[in-house]
Amino acid sequence: MEKKARLLNMQVNLDEFIPATEEEKEYMLQMRPSTTFFRDGMKRLVKNRIAFISLIVIVIITLASILIPFFWPYKYDTMLGVRPGKPVDSSYNNLAPFHYGKTELKKIEAGEKVFPHIFGTDSGGRDYFIRVVYGTRISLAVGFFASIIVLIVGMLVGSIAGYCGGVVDLFIMRIVDMIYALPDMLMVILLATVMKQTLGPAIEGTVFAKIGSNIIALFFVFGLLYWVSMARLIRGQILSLREQEYVLASQATGAKARWIIKKHLLPNCISVVIISTALQIPSAIFTESYLSFLGLGVNAPMPSLGSLASDALNGINSYPYRLVIPAITISLIVLSLNLFGDGLRDAFDPKLKH
Amino acid sequence: MNTKTLFYILKRILLALLTVWVVITVTFFVMRAVPGGPFLSEKAVSDAAQKALEAKYGLDKPLMEQYVTYLKDIATKFDFGPSIKLRGRQVIDVIMDGMKTSAKLGLVAAFVALFFGIVLGCVAALCRNSIVDKVIMVITTAFVSMPSFIMGTLLLLVFSVKLGIVPANGETAKGLVLPVITLSLYPMAYITRLTRSSMLDVLGQDYIRTARAKGVASAKIIFGHALKNSLIPVITYFGPMLAYIVTGSLVVEQIYAVPGIGRAFVSSITGRDYPLIMGTTIVLAILIVVMNLISDILYTVVDPRISLD
Repeated sequence: MEKKARLLNMQVNLDEFIPATEEEKEYMLQMRPSTTFFRDGMKRLVKNRIAFISLIVIVIITLASILIPFFWPYKYDTMLGVRPGKPVDSSYNNLAPFHYGKTELKKIEAGEKVFPHIFGTDSGGRDYFIRVVYGTRISLAVGFFASIIVLIVGMLVGSIAGYCGGVVDLFIMRIVDMIYALPDMLMVILLATVMKQTLGPAIEGTVFAKIGSNIIALFFVFGLLYWVSMARLIRGQILSLREQEYVLASQATGAKARWIIKKHLLPNCISVVIISTALQIPSAIFTESYLSFLGLGVNAPMPSLGSLASDALNGINSYPYRLVIPAITISLIVLSLNLFGDGLRDAFDPKLKH
Repeated sequence: MNTKTLFYILKRILLALLTVWVVITVTFFVMRAVPGGPFLSEKAVSDAAQKALEAKYGLDKPLMEQYVTYLKDIATKFDFGPSIKLRGRQVIDVIMDGMKTSAKLGLVAAFVALFFGIVLGCVAALCRNSIVDKVIMVITTAFVSMPSFIMGTLLLLVFSVKLGIVPANGETAKGLVLPVITLSLYPMAYITRLTRSSMLDVLGQDYIRTARAKGVASAKIIFGHALKNSLIPVITYFGPMLAYIVTGSLVVEQIYAVPGIGRAFVSSITGRDYPLIMGTTIVLAILIVVMNLISDILYTVVDPRISLD
């Protein structure tokens, strides 16, 4: 009764102004230092053992594919049996692992050291190990750049659709639906077939000729067809983000659309975007190896993991390891990228946090 | 079925038709962009012969007229014109011939994938976190990460070349065993994971607890209540699965020398047989689009809770 009476009148309760005891002060102490979103995610990622091992595997494979060609004594396109002004030495073709060609054997007898052919040589007398390393390099590069292209196109279109809304959104989303329904692989094959004919002569003699028209076609197709799911994802994110108060505040102070997209919307959906880009890389590597296998991949002396596997099919009876090596490499890359992408999602996607 | 569902189905059918039209149009114009036209690879063709060939295949007419004729022939007669490399054969005949083998291969692979996928998925879900579950998950993760041509060539290496159990040539019935396994492993692994997660989801629902509480036998709960509901997400995978099997069969038929549509397609690419490339692309695209349509419609009809947008 007394308490109630005090509630109603304006009298101040003096009990509430007693200084806090030491014990009470302890509650307010910060038990552990505050953490940023990034650091928090990293901690979760490191704790996820499978994802961490995958990351290490990816880093090792990537570094190996970049660094090994610098000091390896053989080149990926040198036919060891071919010497200028001499008949072709066929003893170099189809060497088994750790075997040597005739002239190399002589050198060894003379006491010189010859660098071993770890995986032997292929039917053209080219060191197979360095070809696998180069193939890995090509496959990784294709996967990486194709994902970047997908990211840029998808981000651009998705953020415009999401931010503008209305007719623009409707129009873009119908196109997205359309492209989504297209059988992508068939379109890739079709475009790669045609671009092989049209692009081939056009890029003759330029840097691109070495990469080959097929890979350019592949990038082109990725930029043309594969951006749709990225665009959908970003649009969905932006649709929910643009209702936030800070966007309204920014608009009220007169910020332009480009500024709001760049400063407010994109940074807030960046984690989701990075994750799906990471998961895009294995899919691009898949596509490249598939096309190479069909003969629509990299141009001849340049190897890729798919074309190596496809070439190995001809000698599958005598040289099965030539198939197994690129097969294992590609599976390892795709598997660890997938597992790492999953781990990344578990660690950084705020919706999956608990 | 309410009007909203009907409207959705109508919309989906329209989109599918539009997609098929886009595929045909893109295929037509992209193919015409090849310099020199389809006869470029023919060696030493005199001007007169070139003209005669173009007149025979209708290539001398204006582009738009060719396009309209092409479209009309497909829509009315399902006619893709004659093959350029296989003399005297119509593209549609080549496709139909290949389709007989490929359809058999694809359907068997789809059934194998569905059956084993669902069974393994249920087993994994019911033995959750046990060693069985873990083994199944590790194996399926590995299968999902392996491109079909890698899987195909490795199986060929082990079972035909090393062990000699099955023939490496896909022309005989026994030779189709490995192609079927190759084609079905990836969708099987995917369906297993799909079934497992949706089964786990369903098993946690209230109506399962209710059924248990009233004393329904375990087997009846699993087969009568849980399985039926957990298979709904699998339906959405029908479309993508078919797309995978179609594109997968391109390489699998190549590896095992199966005389199907995939091998015809690949050899038409290397041989630059343009009408055949166009015809095969369009037929396969129609197949995929129709399958996607069916699985989408089935999905909305089977589960009334799904909201349409």
